[in-house]
Amino acid sequence: MSTKMLQTPSQTVGPYFAYGLTSKQYGYDFENLATNVLENIPQGKEIITIKGKVFDGENNSIPDAMIELWQNDGENKFFGRFGTGTETENHFVFQTIKPKSVEGQAPYVSLIVFMRGQLIHSYTRIYFSDEEILNQQDAVLNAVPEERRNTIIAQKKGSVYEFNIYMQGENETVFFEV
Amino acid sequence: MSDIIETPLDIEVHPPKLYAEYTSTILRAPSKPMILLKKSLTERTAPLFQDFNLGALDHDLTKNSIKNGEPLGERIVVHGTVRNEKGEPIPNTILEIWQANAAGRYVHKVDQHDAPLDPNFLGTGRCMTDAQGNYKFYTIKPGAYPWGNHHNAWRPNHIHFSLFGNQIVSRLVTQMYFPGDPLLEYDPIYKAVKAKGRELLISKFDLDITEPNFALGYRFDIVLRGNQATPFENR
Repeated sequence: MSTKMLQTPSQTVGPYFAYGLTSKQYGYDFENLATNVLENIPQGKEIITIKGKVFDGENNSIPDAMIELWQNDGENKFFGRFGTGTETENHFVFQTIKPKSVEGQAPYVSLIVFMRGQLIHSYTRIYFSDEEILNQQDAVLNAVPEERRNTIIAQKKGSVYEFNIYMQGENETVFFEV
Repeated sequence: MSDIIETPLDIEVHPPKLYAEYTSTILRAPSKPMILLKKSLTERTAPLFQDFNLGALDHDLTKNSIKNGEPLGERIVVHGTVRNEKGEPIPNTILEIWQANAAGRYVHKVDQHDAPLDPNFLGTGRCMTDAQGNYKFYTIKPGAYPWGNHHNAWRPNHIHFSLFGNQIVSRLVTQMYFPGDPLLEYDPIYKAVKAKGRELLISKFDLDITEPNFALGYRFDIVLRGNQATPFENR
């Protein structure tokens, strides 16, 4: 039997990640590894905006969370990163293109949520409210209790998909064990 | 893509989501049961940043933000190997680090600790592991600093690390500590890690990489979750 090494334990990202992980967004003089905007949008693809806030257990919007957006549909790939400390009302915002359906699944993007007060990050997904048919047939969405399913479906409002993240409470966002 | 062998999160080493002694977890840790995810392409791949141009001084925090002189404090060199759980090195993966300066002050605008900023030290850097999974940073030993978690709370000296690996389960954000730090036993962030995992977060003093007349050496090896050797193409 091969030896298995112990994983290095997780620790919180803390409150002071901004100048390291999201430097340009926060106005620091250090090049960003990633931004919140997909570059090189393929011709003819519609740009979508995903926007939301992160709420704590007392329903206050969190000003020091960092969101990563992971997206790969085999054709278009995007890694985006944004902190909730620079936009009005602690919004995060991403501009990307809607991923296509892979293997018949509903299109989605993955999010990783980091913040002070999280010793280990949280994984969730964003589905899209205007993909009703695929959403209804989707195995992952159907594994989520029906009354919680809406917590991971972004609501289309005009040209913006709104997606709020609730860390706790009645509307707690579905987080995944990956 | 179906041949990925996955390993679970090591619950015997990782901290829990809720750890009341670290008071910020109380309103921020998810409380409802998590849903087991059937992963798809997005989760089985990771950004590889092959197109990202690392700056020549990105790995050298003692030089990457110089304005009018050298940063103050004790120069150190931190190195190690990034591996998967089978012990295989993970080449060409990005590490990002950030930290307080020698006085225990972060550049971050929210940090109000009454300790001096250093005009020549930003406190952030990045590098990529080489073909053997090795990385190396030059930096200044970070100072301890107070925080509001409880009466007379001080964070031990630490450097924040962020790593990707080859798939979403490999993603790791952690903190590296220093050997013999008396603050560790009072620190709820460190203590939240299960006993079996704590020493994994403490770097080892390393005379072999200590550079004569220049910098003290510390080794910090990192193991990312997941056990396939070859990264999936992410382009």
